[in-house]
Amino acid sequence: MSTATQKTESPAPPPAEGSPSVGTLLLQGLRSNMRQYGMLVALALIIVIFQIWSDDILLRPLNVTNLVQQNGYILILAIGMMIVIIAGHIDLSVGSLVAFIGAAAGVMMIKHDMPWGLAVVLCLLLGAVAGAWQGFWIAYIGIPSFIVTLAGMLAFRGGTQILLDGQSLSPFPDGFEKMSTGFIPEMGPYTQYHNPTMVIGLVVCAAAVWQEWRARQQRTAYELDVVPLGLFFVKCAAIVAAVMAFTMTLSSWHGAPYGLLILAVLFVLFSFVMRNTVVGRHVYALGGNQPAAKLSGVRDKRVTFLVFVNMGVLAALAGLVFAARLGSATPSAGLNFELEAIAAAFIGGASASGGVGTVLGAIIGGLVLGVLNNGMSLVGIGTDYQQVIKGLVLLAAVGFDVWNKRKVGS
Amino acid sequence: MSTILELRAITKTFPGVKALSDVNLRIRQGEIHALCGENGAGKSTLMKVVSGVHPHGSYEGEILFDGEACAFKDIRASEQRGIVIIHQELALIPYLSIAENIFLGNEHSRRGLISWNETLRHATALLKRVGLTDSPQTRVTDIGVGKQQLVEIAKALSKEVKLLILDEPTAALNDEDSGKLLDLLLEFKAQGISCILISHKLNEIRRVADSVTILRDGQTIETLTVRETPEADAEISEDRIIRGMVGRDLDHRFPDRTPYEGEDSSEVALAVEDWTVHHPIDQQRKVVDGVSLNVRRGEIVGIAGLMGAGRTELAMSVFGRAYGRYAGGRVFRDGQEVRTRTVPEAIDHGIAYVTEDRKHYGLNLEDTISRNVSLSSLTKVARRGVVNEHEESRVAERFRTTMNIKAPTVFEQVGRLSGGNQQKVVLSKWIFAGPEVLILDEPTRGIDVGAKYEIYTVINDLAAQGKAVIFISSELGELLGMCDRIYTMAAGRLTGEVPRAEATQEVLMRHMTRDRGDEG
Repeated sequence: MSTATQKTESPAPPPAEGSPSVGTLLLQGLRSNMRQYGMLVALALIIVIFQIWSDDILLRPLNVTNLVQQNGYILILAIGMMIVIIAGHIDLSVGSLVAFIGAAAGVMMIKHDMPWGLAVVLCLLLGAVAGAWQGFWIAYIGIPSFIVTLAGMLAFRGGTQILLDGQSLSPFPDGFEKMSTGFIPEMGPYTQYHNPTMVIGLVVCAAAVWQEWRARQQRTAYELDVVPLGLFFVKCAAIVAAVMAFTMTLSSWHGAPYGLLILAVLFVLFSFVMRNTVVGRHVYALGGNQPAAKLSGVRDKRVTFLVFVNMGVLAALAGLVFAARLGSATPSAGLNFELEAIAAAFIGGASASGGVGTVLGAIIGGLVLGVLNNGMSLVGIGTDYQQVIKGLVLLAAVGFDVWNKRKVGS
Repeated sequence: MSTILELRAITKTFPGVKALSDVNLRIRQGEIHALCGENGAGKSTLMKVVSGVHPHGSYEGEILFDGEACAFKDIRASEQRGIVIIHQELALIPYLSIAENIFLGNEHSRRGLISWNETLRHATALLKRVGLTDSPQTRVTDIGVGKQQLVEIAKALSKEVKLLILDEPTAALNDEDSGKLLDLLLEFKAQGISCILISHKLNEIRRVADSVTILRDGQTIETLTVRETPEADAEISEDRIIRGMVGRDLDHRFPDRTPYEGEDSSEVALAVEDWTVHHPIDQQRKVVDGVSLNVRRGEIVGIAGLMGAGRTELAMSVFGRAYGRYAGGRVFRDGQEVRTRTVPEAIDHGIAYVTEDRKHYGLNLEDTISRNVSLSSLTKVARRGVVNEHEESRVAERFRTTMNIKAPTVFEQVGRLSGGNQQKVVLSKWIFAGPEVLILDEPTRGIDVGAKYEIYTVINDLAAQGKAVIFISSELGELLGMCDRIYTMAAGRLTGEVPRAEATQEVLMRHMTRDRGDEG
């Protein structure tokens, strides 16, 4: 039974005490991450279905590249939204903020010919200020986030129209548009694949495997239970296979778009922050039980404030990426983006009462929605039915979670 | 006496756990029958079977009520027969009136329209029976917990109750309200209503119960009958019941204590001077009024007081002003005045506060044992803001072993643990924070006898290491058994300071019920 556990210094102790068997460990991991694994499986299923249904168009390099570029800004929003929801709040204003920042970028770059790099920095700052404004009312005055951000949703949308005077502004400078539509330039000798992208893919694989290995080493050093070596290799192989398949698909077209790099950096950064830092831990504690967190010495107001500042910056970034992709600043940009981001977070395993969720979950949830959007368009399902289906998917995902919890709980 | 309820060979299994196994119970007509057992012994499950919360078919065995076999499919079916259960957590809607709550789901109505006159008349009559004089139109949120409990009972009476089941009815009540409630039960008994009382408070059981059934590990251990003959009565002492509950003799209810013998044992670790706090909303009201107290290294100091005396409010406001509006007072640590204006400041000065309400103020129930233990001292397991999860779980594992927290791993969700084990997690969290002064607010509330003993042991160990402990409790017996000195509070003021040698329940109670005027 317990032959596979890594503690070798003592003859296998009775499995009842101390070291649970591999099976229970696996089960435990599965159960506590049921929603995420469930959605990962669902995502794979959706991909397979649309791949077949669309006569293999879905996974063509061109379309995969499209998918990344179409969903980048929603995924950026979903990361921020996940953190907001974990902290026990909600942000309805991000769609309007996306439009507002796009408009501000348009005014700066197109009307005033500001260098685009400077404009980007100013826009991110503006996003931080908008987030700080909302965070102030929520954290320090104590107005529910639903109301503050509902007000923000109206105000930023209005601000957009004032800035743009109801008109669209275009075109943006080339360099700026590249941020969203450009690709890493090709380098080196001609191969069938895009060289830099392949290199990045290999580096990511190596880093991921090294990271897994190091975590395993540390767990062993701290005498914690680890999964058996065989299973560990299977896991690593799966990660490598997934990353390489994705890399090669992109490489056989134009390579990795810049948008993907932005997203990857955000993903790694925020996964780390939420999982491994004191601040991240405080966000979870705050959402899980605010009074208890406060009495444990968590500076609850400051953390809430920072969560909204962060959301403001990410919304600004999403606004820039979206404007760059569109090539213009329009008053109706970002319509319903907040709802997509919220849906992504909940599909990806957030709890409506706060305290639960992961950044990876937000990405998975966003991808489920993105692939659904893309796949349904490919097979010619109208946007009317698309909305219905997306609504039902959200309901099913959360319903599954509630059902699953109840089954385990009682 | 005839039998009103008989349970025969009740067995109830949940996935993976046998909660009840072959339980037999007989309740006689018109008696008060107490049900005792440690947490998790199966008391609440058994009562859920009786009241139809666990419907017929989900358990094995027979229920006979008034001599007839019953197969309740839901709680409504059992209520129709006259079995009413009042749960531990009150099931009242705070923003509805007393009358509306009493008749909730059972409204006086004609063709869907509520007849308010009938409702109010009937409600007034019911309130009178439970000794409440409040208007039935008062919102439930505006009355105290004690009165809310009485409203629950009035609600039960409105259903023509024959068998009343109370699950820990006095857990949240002070001694005075508890007394009233128990008197009421005796009155009902005289009116022929039978009653099952689940309680941890053995003195209450002694006071009102005619029989005591002890459950342990989902089985009936024995039924003791009180007051039939004087000899039988003498046999059922509190110790006898405890022995039945834990399956062993508890020679001492309080563990022995090794006194702290450090050089600084006479030093005052924490002193509070002239501390005054106003109510957070009603800012004219002084909730804590000019309180001064101190605690030395290695000393356990109790604070006794009835509900509303301001003990928790005092503790929380000293701990980083986490309650109310500060209106004056100073805090000294080791003789130095310190600022404790926020919780982090208080923690930095070596003060810890273990809340009375662990579910709402102590734990993140969604999260694991290990993350709860580390929450208030994350910097101890982190470097440059990055948490070392391995170190964290090792720390938690250490506490799981030393505190005897019953859980398979430290990655178990805290919400799944029993009350006693949750309390140990909260204590672990604060011990890990490494404070010099611990304020423990009702640390043994709602946990079973065995776990209480373990918690007392932990508290004694802390004192033996030279920590200063402030012990707030509503159980006078506990304070008398544990403390070196006991302060008493009433209506926000300190009304007495009694050394261990002079302390008795009577002395303390006299101080606790003193008016604010007649301070010595």
